[in-house]
Amino acid sequence: MMFEAILLTVATAATPLLIAALGELVVERSGVLNLGVEGMMIMGAVCGFAAAQMTGSAWIGLIAAICAGAAFSLLFGFLSLTLATNQYATGLALTLLGLGASAMIGESFVGMPGVRMQSISIPGLTEIPFIGKFLFGQDPIFYISIALTAAVAWFLFRTKAGLTLRAIGDNHTSAHALGVPVLRYRYLAVLFGGACAGLAGAQLSLVYVPQWVENMTSGRGWIALALVVFASWRPWRVLAGAYLFGAVTIGQLHAQALGIGIPSQFMSSLPYLATIIVLVLISRNKRLTLMNTPASLGKAFVPDR
Amino acid sequence: MTGDTIINSSDTVLLRANGLTKIFGTLKACDDVDLVIARGEIHALLGENGAGKSTLVKMLFGALQPTSGSIAWKGEAVTIPSPSVGRTLGIGMVFQHFSLFDALTAAENIALSIDEATPIGMIAEKARQIGKAYGLPVDPDALVGDLSVGERQRIEIIRCLLQNPDLIILDEPTSVLTPQEAELLFVTLERLRSEGKSILYISHRLEEVRQLCDRATVLRHGKVVGECNPREQTANSLARMMVGGDIHRVEREPLAADAAAAKAALIEVKGLSQRPTGPFSVALHDIGFTVHAGEILGIAGVAGNGQSELFEAVSGERLQERPDIIRIRDNDAGRQGISARRKLGAAFVPEERLGHGAVPDMSLSDNLLLSRHATDRKVFTSGGVLKLISASSLTSAARRIISRMDVRKSAENPDASALSGGNLQKFLIGRELDRNPSVLVVNQPTWGVDAGAAAHIRQALVDLARGGSAVIVISQDLDELFEISDRIAAMVHGRLSDSVPIEEMNMERVGMMMGGADHSAPEAA
Repeated sequence: MMFEAILLTVATAATPLLIAALGELVVERSGVLNLGVEGMMIMGAVCGFAAAQMTGSAWIGLIAAICAGAAFSLLFGFLSLTLATNQYATGLALTLLGLGASAMIGESFVGMPGVRMQSISIPGLTEIPFIGKFLFGQDPIFYISIALTAAVAWFLFRTKAGLTLRAIGDNHTSAHALGVPVLRYRYLAVLFGGACAGLAGAQLSLVYVPQWVENMTSGRGWIALALVVFASWRPWRVLAGAYLFGAVTIGQLHAQALGIGIPSQFMSSLPYLATIIVLVLISRNKRLTLMNTPASLGKAFVPDR
Repeated sequence: MTGDTIINSSDTVLLRANGLTKIFGTLKACDDVDLVIARGEIHALLGENGAGKSTLVKMLFGALQPTSGSIAWKGEAVTIPSPSVGRTLGIGMVFQHFSLFDALTAAENIALSIDEATPIGMIAEKARQIGKAYGLPVDPDALVGDLSVGERQRIEIIRCLLQNPDLIILDEPTSVLTPQEAELLFVTLERLRSEGKSILYISHRLEEVRQLCDRATVLRHGKVVGECNPREQTANSLARMMVGGDIHRVEREPLAADAAAAKAALIEVKGLSQRPTGPFSVALHDIGFTVHAGEILGIAGVAGNGQSELFEAVSGERLQERPDIIRIRDNDAGRQGISARRKLGAAFVPEERLGHGAVPDMSLSDNLLLSRHATDRKVFTSGGVLKLISASSLTSAARRIISRMDVRKSAENPDASALSGGNLQKFLIGRELDRNPSVLVVNQPTWGVDAGAAAHIRQALVDLARGGSAVIVISQDLDELFEISDRIAAMVHGRLSDSVPIEEMNMERVGMMMGGADHSAPEAA
């Protein structure tokens, strides 16, 4: 069952990246760049762990993580949207604040046993060889992440609200002239991004390694940000990128365990390299990429009165 | 003030604005403006740049709130807090700039401004129908970024018509069209009028206002200075109302036949081809032209047909594949950058004044140094390799330019962004003229510049050419090109037509060339 085990670990490694990147994708499609993904993610991880640990329920932990991520993103929204501060600086500050605050909140939880979110099990289906456990025997967050990909793709390209969101990202001045409430849309997008980052953090502290370790996101928020860009702001490409990254991460761990004579530092950098190379190849069509790039990304919007 | 008695009857009045005033900081953009629009009329709103036309219209449409004054719509007092309220009332607006989304399709752009949740597929079908009915063909699935300016305007008009408005506001609709496209637009507008819809038509093109409009309101410095029936006026009398005085006419001696060709060719471009630089930029195909000492070559064309790309190639912002593609005063310059080309005696004035032509937050003298640091190094800097800036020679040069070009300014050496568009443009052109360049390339010299400043700039260009320089003027303003050019060529889809001497040129022919239909033009140079 080696194959199935590898498949499962790949999914577990890819899921947090996918969720965080989907959230950021929606934020960026609305023309806002939130560099605080890492900070919102780690706040989700610590709050999710703490809530689950104190109540004994992984589900309560999950909800707490989502709320923590969303609340944290609201801080970013207030600064960068209402006060129109520089989005780059505000996002970076959010990440630094998140890393520090989570370490403080989590101090008393270090080394405590956590609550693991149980995987589902469907008699008859879960036992199917090779793919049974992958399709029908994983934790709920995995299914949420797949559903979320489909939902985001549907929302962006099939609904009026999604169309409006993309229009705001393309040109907020025109959108305002048409009477679209630009800031309301952006607030909602930022909140959604924060909730997703929080959920991604919960996956780390409730499923991936059910315990609290300081700085346990270890750069995944940044990977998620990069995935959005290299996937040229398209949801299904984000999924492909996240799974590729997960696959190479797990693959190189196995390769290292087998004792292949390649320096481990090089092997550890392989997931980053492979993801970047593949996504660059996918997005080779410069025209298509630039067309999907939200043209007002990172620019503050101040409505004239 | 109006004299017409019929427009006072309440069933014929569609919109009545009373004493509309809008104050931005200390500036009164609109000052106590009264406007009456009757049902089924095409009403012109005339005025120079900065006269307050856009501000007035934005208040009528709900994009701006008046500081004081009132609006009555169909006889009832209304406030219009947002454009969507304006749309619900039946006021539609076709913008001149900045209101389509490049990265979305035509149908998606239309869907955005329709309030009810019609599925996108249905909107594409409806757009096709309306387009057919009013002679406005569009492909709903095309990406707007790929469309020509005329096609984009059709989308805007269809988007507006889909909401079935009673009043349609058009902001400078023909400034981006070829003369033939403009005629088609007039047919559409007359048809709308015959259906009882009213049109508020903003323009500074007086001839078309006289041809099309039933009444005109003229604004100057935010105030209504006149109301008239444009058909009873001449273009000159309308212009006087707009400007508040006479406009200087450009004096230009016609060039004797073959006089220019006998003189030295100062700039030659041969076989210039270039790939697009960005997703919405245009490729250049095999462009060639020669300009001799003493003449002005006008390059016409609808925006987005490669004029900016041509300017970048000639100015050296983009280098060519081979040195001999561009020759300036018999030197191969194709592989040389901007400073090297300037040293050969060329000068360039780009289209965008702030950000491209000048650094907004730097003073005029600093901006002077930025463009001439290479050509006038000995004058403006000292100290050998240290290149210390010599402030006194800079300020005296800046003062010289300011007085020669009659630049009006509020401070001794203001920041570029503190000047009005027309005054900054006068300074930027004066900055190059001050060097007495043998080749001058200028893109849209009077875009967004008031009539007085425009006349001054045009005269300066003509004087430079007659003094023995070669001048290339890229412009969308056909009247301007006819006024100053010795030959006119047109750009379409990244290709440049052969040039035609001004004596053999007329509006219809240049329109054909801009549409890519004229292949019969003889090579004139």
